[in-house]
Amino acid sequence: MSTVFIAFQANEETRPIVEAILEDNPGAEVEQQPAMVRVSAPDSLTINRATVEEHVGRTFDLQEMHINLITLSGHVDEDDDRFTLSWNS
Amino acid sequence: MDMPTKQPKLGIKERYSLLTRDLGWEPSYQPRERIFPYSTYEGIKIHDWDKWEDPFRLTMDAYWKYQAEKERKFYAIVDAHTQNNGHLNITDARYLTALKLFLQAISPGEYAAHKGFARIGREFEGVGAQIACQMQSLDEIRHAQTQIHAISNYNRFYEGFHAFAQQRDRIWYTSVPRSFFDDAMSGGPFEFITAIGFAFEYVLTNLLFVPFMSGAAYNGDMATVTFGFSAQSDEARHMTLGLEAIKFMLEQDPDNLPIVQKWLDKWFWRGLRILTLVGAMMDYMLPKRVMSWKEAWQIYGIENGTALFRDLARYGVRVPTGWDEACESADHASHQLMLGLYQWSFGTSFHAWIPSDEDMDWLSAKYPDTFDRYYRPRWEHIKKMDAAGTPYQNVGLAQLCNVCQLPAVFTEPGDPTRHCHREVDYEGEKYHFCSDGCRDIFNDEPEKYVQSWLPMPMLFAEPNFGDVGKWMDWVGLVPGQDNGDYAMSQDKARFEAWKRQTASV
Repeated sequence: MSTVFIAFQANEETRPIVEAILEDNPGAEVEQQPAMVRVSAPDSLTINRATVEEHVGRTFDLQEMHINLITLSGHVDEDDDRFTLSWNS
Repeated sequence: MDMPTKQPKLGIKERYSLLTRDLGWEPSYQPRERIFPYSTYEGIKIHDWDKWEDPFRLTMDAYWKYQAEKERKFYAIVDAHTQNNGHLNITDARYLTALKLFLQAISPGEYAAHKGFARIGREFEGVGAQIACQMQSLDEIRHAQTQIHAISNYNRFYEGFHAFAQQRDRIWYTSVPRSFFDDAMSGGPFEFITAIGFAFEYVLTNLLFVPFMSGAAYNGDMATVTFGFSAQSDEARHMTLGLEAIKFMLEQDPDNLPIVQKWLDKWFWRGLRILTLVGAMMDYMLPKRVMSWKEAWQIYGIENGTALFRDLARYGVRVPTGWDEACESADHASHQLMLGLYQWSFGTSFHAWIPSDEDMDWLSAKYPDTFDRYYRPRWEHIKKMDAAGTPYQNVGLAQLCNVCQLPAVFTEPGDPTRHCHREVDYEGEKYHFCSDGCRDIFNDEPEKYVQSWLPMPMLFAEPNFGDVGKWMDWVGLVPGQDNGDYAMSQDKARFEAWKRQTASV
């Protein structure tokens, strides 16, 4: 098992993204650090646009994440509807 | 913002294809090898540049949109910082040492990275790689500009911030990161992207930015958190580019593996040495600490690095040769470097100090196997010397490593009581190194590293001729003001006086 993670600035724009990750990825864990929030998961983690939209209450472009992204770990695969991090191991 | 975002007419994959790949063309009146003369001499074999993947699929139009928003956020917060006495909201003025070291040592690297990516964006043959490097080049100059701008928030109030350009070129410890970037930029394009994009950005940058910026937030430095996180928001893309570059080289031809592995060994070790500076910042310079260097190494080094190299094993890549030594040194390096910075603090543009009893208890708790045994006794001895009115200063010059350019203050692998020093004779001259890792890098390309600009010999060269006072002036250092023990500093006196004023209003 390898851990993938993604970290955002802790703010009102990222709170719904983190909520969406937790809803869609049962193995995901959140860690709050000063000014930032880090979500990690075993082997892979997916952010679904539709779930984020439900939480944020408007249409959402996954590339908006770039503004508040701090770091990530794992291979990135992104299309219009989902953003996935994974390790092949 | 609650504005509805318009549904794009094209999907992200289509848009990426049209706005990157479609910008390339087949040259008709010049052969490719004359247009791209640097893409083959390192021995890396590329058969199909179209296999280059940018998983973020970021296109220039989206890039400018998001970067503009990042800049607006950044300047809104910097304005708030200056309008609200942000310079007084830090925990205490010891914190400024961490900030000075960051701005003096790391920010010039952002500018160097900008130049490097601009160059390799021209030298790579594939249009996907060209565009990704162009974006990173623009990111890096934005980081350099916002960080240099951030200096002005503090330069008005505190010492040691006034000579950025001079110190970038001349002061001894800034040559550590400068030589790192100069080394990468004087390599070819594939070595550069392995060095900066992969070894530095992917494997090590989290250790630099994440705990340090979280530390800045914890210590009330709004301006730095903001430039740090604003820069870091580009970093995920840089890391991804670095990883894609490695995968691309390894997938294109099996002959690339030994070349890439050699670069990984080299640049992991060089990057680790630079990060020793960050270790000292995290363990000693933050009045309120987020995590120890060892804990950060555990999460961002071991956990992340293990996942990464386990993944890359399918290409035949193994962990870098210095890996085990790096894991061992996580228990020692920050202490060893800070003891060095303290004894040479008359020659730095920041203050050093003896850790308080409370600081030392924190260090004991975080380093249960090493601090009380090897480092507390040395600090206690230094404390006694200070109390006796004979503070410890090492007026001798540090023996610098000819590769990483840090003072050779580290210990032997497996024995933290023995000083590590390596020598190599090359064409009648003796060269000195801090470790096997740095010595091996020299031995692989001695004709490159014999040309190292080393700051200590500059003290004896024209125009200083061994005169320390002249050297201070030449590096932009005001003795007794920018340097020495924090306890006696004007930074401390001013910060405390200003805090009393605001408290009594």
